[in-house]
Amino acid sequence: MSNATSDNETIVHSVSFLDRDSINIPILKVLQADGTVYDNAVLPAIDEALAHRIYDTCVFTRVLDERMLSAQRQGRISFYMTCTGEEASIIGSTAALDDGDVILAQYREHAAIRYRGFTTEQFMNQLFSNEKDLGKGRQMPIHYGSAELNYQTISSPLATQIPQATGVGYSFKMQGKRNIAICYFGEGAASEGDFHAGLNMAAVLKSPTIFFCRNNGYAISTPTSEQFCGNGIASRGPGYGIHTIRVDGNDMLAVLAATQQARAYAVENHSPVLIEAMTYRLGAHSSSDDPSGYRSKDEEAKWQQHDPVKRFKLWMFNKGWLTEKQDAEMYENYRKEILAELKVAEKLPMSMLDTIIEDVYDTPTPRLKQQLTDLKKHLKKYPDSYPNSKGRL
Amino acid sequence: MLQAINDALSIALESDENSILFGEDVGHFGGVFRATSGLQEKFGRDRCFNTPLTEQGIAGFANGLASNGMVAIAEIQFADYIFPAIDQIVNETAKFRYRSGNEFNVGGVTFRTPYGGGIAGGHYHSQSPEAYFTQTAGLKVVVPRNAYQAKGLLLASIRDPNPVIFFEPKRLYRANIAEVPDEDYEIELGKAEVVRQGKDITLLAWGAQVEIVEKAADMAAKKGISCEIIDLRTLAPWDVDTLATSVKKTGRLLINHEAPLTGGFAGEIAATIQEECFLYLESPIARVCGLDTPYPLIHEKEYMPDALKTFEAIKATVNF
Repeated sequence: MSNATSDNETIVHSVSFLDRDSINIPILKVLQADGTVYDNAVLPAIDEALAHRIYDTCVFTRVLDERMLSAQRQGRISFYMTCTGEEASIIGSTAALDDGDVILAQYREHAAIRYRGFTTEQFMNQLFSNEKDLGKGRQMPIHYGSAELNYQTISSPLATQIPQATGVGYSFKMQGKRNIAICYFGEGAASEGDFHAGLNMAAVLKSPTIFFCRNNGYAISTPTSEQFCGNGIASRGPGYGIHTIRVDGNDMLAVLAATQQARAYAVENHSPVLIEAMTYRLGAHSSSDDPSGYRSKDEEAKWQQHDPVKRFKLWMFNKGWLTEKQDAEMYENYRKEILAELKVAEKLPMSMLDTIIEDVYDTPTPRLKQQLTDLKKHLKKYPDSYPNSKGRL
Repeated sequence: MLQAINDALSIALESDENSILFGEDVGHFGGVFRATSGLQEKFGRDRCFNTPLTEQGIAGFANGLASNGMVAIAEIQFADYIFPAIDQIVNETAKFRYRSGNEFNVGGVTFRTPYGGGIAGGHYHSQSPEAYFTQTAGLKVVVPRNAYQAKGLLLASIRDPNPVIFFEPKRLYRANIAEVPDEDYEIELGKAEVVRQGKDITLLAWGAQVEIVEKAADMAAKKGISCEIIDLRTLAPWDVDTLATSVKKTGRLLINHEAPLTGGFAGEIAATIQEECFLYLESPIARVCGLDTPYPLIHEKEYMPDALKTFEAIKATVNF
């Protein structure tokens, strides 16, 4: 059939339209605010070790965000972004993956690379753009990436990673590997043309990819009400023919359960899945932003009560897997560790000047080498005017 | 400069009820740089509003509005993010008039977008992509150097019967503070301006680099070199006559731009000037530009075509 719509098409003989509410989208919730589980909830596969790895990442991320935002305010780093309020969406989903699955993140998913094993030292090296930064100090803070951890380096342009994830997922299928790609993006980025391109291609070409939307309420200042009129992002999935689920993004167990099943489905069926996690960006868009210009303190306070980390912590308490004392020690230890690594990283020099022409191509072209030679000659004449390369030529 | 731009936008909306202003975060919030601050309150949500986050959508929407008689003033939040819109701009905005035999045109479109480095913005908040557009016939490309110029050039761009890309030098947004007249005024597009008279060498720049070549000229003056400085202002179509007249007088030309050297607009200017002024040139035309690399973060100062590099190139050119 060249124009197939559905196998069991309903035929009507009077005009009738579909609208926003034609599809009812349920939302998966497992954990209640007090850390107890809903009566009939189906739990994800989780044992004490996994719960600790998840919670450890939560605590690290909270402390990192608090410390580094304040380091930015002190002028020690130029820029920062927090993911406060969205930890369950990010960590709960990453925790459902195989470490060989490739992560293509937007920029607010540092908790995911931490979960994979990015060290505190590596975070600091990137944030301080020093010579040990894997990205050689070329990008702004928070643009993490690690081939070893299968976490592709962040690119600021929005949504570009979505069709790329379709390609990564498809390559796993071609290679006969039981791995998938996961692609994170916000509900704002889902307005970009790349969203449509990526999801439609994934469905048509049957690419094992999880498209994970963090619907956090705002794209910088723009609320979802000015971003789209449909029923969230999830409503678009069935339109593409994509398996779709909506979850409470502040519910660690719901996110974990949804992503575990999404991954199994993607691998078994060589097919994409769309997950929409309903959450809230508790912090500013970035250190350059001030949310008081576009939303109320009351609204923020309301969402504070849905704190995903607290909810998961209470569940850990209930399970007897964590105590108040242990929890306090974790925070204290990470505060010390981050401060210590920060002090080391901020004293390290920047990359040597030669790195400026590296990686433009696989090897520098003759013209680039000439430009570097000319530049060095100039910098040697005026070393004091270029402090980052003084003595680093 | 931000205040001057805001003022120009306010006058544009006030003076033509067919004009509307839109882009990401430009509504109540007033834009990420606050260039549109207060305009939604003044002109209402119908005429100043947030769009969904899609540059290709913004550009296509602008084309549609203008094709049907509206004046569309669209903001692309950073010039680095204009590329999703390049199909709409290059294949549609630029060719609407030509392909239809002037049955239709989108002359009412103006794209405003902050460009350029010097703000520790790394690859994606620093680029100067003007040369991608100067090669596209049908588009006008305008870059102001200060607050006064920004207001007059922006009003002229909005009212020009051709589509314009208006690149705003973001590092001057807050740095360039000057008395700007309250009234409605325009600065003619397609005209360069001789900013400083001189006799030994002509320095050409646009946007934020004009003040860089001014600094270099001050340094050169202490060595007894007299520099003539020209702000190109409009890159497409560009003012060959003003520049050629100057180069015939000084016999030397240095072009400075932030964008990478290779394929940059300086190449086009140099080729034209060697045709126009071949027998007057006393030295090769010098280009002081960005390196042929992506825009870096930590080596931003080293990458930039700054005053010291310009000063060195002035001396080398004069002593050729």
